[in-house]
Amino acid sequence: MTAAAISLLMVALAATGAAGREQIQIAGSSTVLPYAAIAAEAFGENFDFRTPVVEGGGSGAGRKKLCEGVGENTIDIANSSSRITPSDIDLCASNGVSEIMEVRLGYDGIVFATAQGAPQYAFAPADWYNALAANVLVGGVLAPNPNTTWADVNGDLAAQEILAFIPGTKHGTREVFDTRIIEAGCVASGAFAAFKRQNGGDEDAAARSCLSLRTDGRSVDIDGDYTETLARIEANPNAIGVFGLSFYRNNTDRLRAATLDGVFPSSETIASGAYPASRPLYFYVKIAHLGVIPGLREFIAFFVSDDIAGPDGLLAEYGLVPDPQLAATQKMVATAGRMDPLE
Amino acid sequence: MTDIAGVRPPRLLTRDARTRRRNAAEFRFRLYGRVAVCIGVAALIVLLASVVANGVGAFRQTFLTLDLSLDAAELDPSGARDVAAMKKVTTIGYGRFLTRQLKAAIAERGIRIEGITDSDIAGMISKAAPAQVRDRVLADPGLIGRTVAFRLLANGRIDGYLKGRVTMKSARLDGNVSPAQLRLSDALRKDGMLAMAFNWGFITSADASELRPEAAGLGVAILGSAYMMIIVLFLALPIGVASSIYLEEFAPTNRWTDLIEVNISNLAAVPSIVFGILGLAIFINFAGLPQSAPIVGGLVLTLMTLPTIIIATRAALKSVPPSIRDAALGVGASKMQAIMHHVVPLAMPGVLTGAIIGLAQALGETAPLLLIGMVAFVRDFPAPPPEGFLDPATALPVQVYNFTQRADPAFAERASGAIIVLMVFLLAMNLVAILLRRRFERRW
Repeated sequence: MTAAAISLLMVALAATGAAGREQIQIAGSSTVLPYAAIAAEAFGENFDFRTPVVEGGGSGAGRKKLCEGVGENTIDIANSSSRITPSDIDLCASNGVSEIMEVRLGYDGIVFATAQGAPQYAFAPADWYNALAANVLVGGVLAPNPNTTWADVNGDLAAQEILAFIPGTKHGTREVFDTRIIEAGCVASGAFAAFKRQNGGDEDAAARSCLSLRTDGRSVDIDGDYTETLARIEANPNAIGVFGLSFYRNNTDRLRAATLDGVFPSSETIASGAYPASRPLYFYVKIAHLGVIPGLREFIAFFVSDDIAGPDGLLAEYGLVPDPQLAATQKMVATAGRMDPLE
Repeated sequence: MTDIAGVRPPRLLTRDARTRRRNAAEFRFRLYGRVAVCIGVAALIVLLASVVANGVGAFRQTFLTLDLSLDAAELDPSGARDVAAMKKVTTIGYGRFLTRQLKAAIAERGIRIEGITDSDIAGMISKAAPAQVRDRVLADPGLIGRTVAFRLLANGRIDGYLKGRVTMKSARLDGNVSPAQLRLSDALRKDGMLAMAFNWGFITSADASELRPEAAGLGVAILGSAYMMIIVLFLALPIGVASSIYLEEFAPTNRWTDLIEVNISNLAAVPSIVFGILGLAIFINFAGLPQSAPIVGGLVLTLMTLPTIIIATRAALKSVPPSIRDAALGVGASKMQAIMHHVVPLAMPGVLTGAIIGLAQALGETAPLLLIGMVAFVRDFPAPPPEGFLDPATALPVQVYNFTQRADPAFAERASGAIIVLMVFLLAMNLVAILLRRRFERRW
């Protein structure tokens, strides 16, 4: 039996040396994962190449994996719901990954939603700041957050207890929530100016103070996925959750979206920029692998083609907000354009 | 003799206060035991009932039977019946073709639904159906020009309607399905075109993206799990048995063997994710084995299972009475003969039980696979072994985890369905372990 086991292992190891990797390996953002899976599935169906393997793991982890080096044991594409950072590029360069292609495939919005049957909310970023921040302006002075109902925050909102399920800090969505909602609300509510005065004019310190949220249980971080947020909301009729647009679009029978600055979240309002909380989605391609991994060039061209990422494409059907500049991206991909240095 | 005043001798038939107290205490003790068992059983029943209630739907699926006239002009524009040229028509083209055919079939049957749009009709059919038709046409170009009956998957929301998950009320709020589509599915059902059937695809087909929950299956995951179990069985069993025989029967008792023993017991308690980190460092980064491959998963799970198998095997060897060894040695057998001819065969049921329990544990493991890239979206089936050991695959528990993370509610049903399949496998393995023990175990 041992002999059989050893020979089995030998055959397996011999085969590694003989055959190169035949399928594309993708890893990264769990927000981009369903889109990449949809594109991979359609690619596998229509081309003679193998279906790419798509892993999640998070934007940052995916970019790190991309930067591990060049070769068949490293991934070809990293999905990311935030832009690559200069430190990632340095890491890549130190591991020999000198050229990366940045492809923006579209936009994603964040949606505030309640369970069906809860009142309809119309929020402004300042409402969220005043509801969830640790310190807010009370009568012109910074004080620990005293608000307990949404009506305390803004008289036009329903007199429901404040209870919000927001994405945990490891989520890319949290970054958008922090910058587009909490920071914007901090500025709009006047708290930012107060923090700035408190910190002697230091804007970075003021921005950091803006982001500290209350810890009395009214703001709950969800480290799991949106299905967990949905389950929590259905258990607490008062609660409001933060979702990605695609998740909301697949669950409109159970969720009721709130407006933000008077705008209802939809593909159109996000594409036009009227809805304030949105972010671009990217994938990063290791240029050294183009022409080495079979089908990589074809796959990225297919991913940004009109049939997939266009306004009537498969990804839009799932909830992706199409990129108005898709044609330029297609041209860039066709010429295997290198990434410009980050400013 | 007369009684000492005030103290009556104990009688057998009437119980005194102390005996009654003791009996009551024993009764309560038994009751606590029964309550504990009841709580355990109730928790198990609730768990199983919820999994089965949620998951049984995954084994039935709604299909749409449609006679397709495979028009040459549309599916083979070059007209040469050349497969390479026919591949130019993508699944998107086939999707449009299917929508037109379904629309014609609806009109032909005289079904009229108010307010139904073309995109509603297109939305009745699964997004997996165009590939289904295309693959069959490409495999047999002779079908072109003929009218062929196809059994196509219906869209997940329509399937949800037949299963009661989607209702007219929810459809009004749902952006992905309209009440007109539900009325159309009622009409098609009456006509016999739309019907539920046993869903073999759930067991045999690959995972599917979020646009087509109705097509998602466990095929790749079952194969991946099976490949890993083969590797674990062929590596962990011989290594585990050899090391435990040596440690139990031959090794001297000294500081080194003590150290090894302590380490083996310790390893059995190490969280499984640690083995994943080890696997990533050794098998992928150092040895250069591919990511997402069952060989790496199998090797990691082998490391994880070894301590379990060694501990079980040593216990089995220990339980063989020394008299057997002494008798064998006494009639002139060598130590190896005594062990291989007498001790090991008698210990075998225990060894196999340990191995199967170790395998069952490995089968349900997700955490170590996360780090070696097996928690992924994999659609291509791995090749037959041994090459297939290097192809990407997932595993059953990984598929459960993946399904629970998806947005479409139809995946919740499939996650529970996958749990049922996993539990059937575990049950079968434990059953084999019990049968082996019953059949071969000897008591002294």
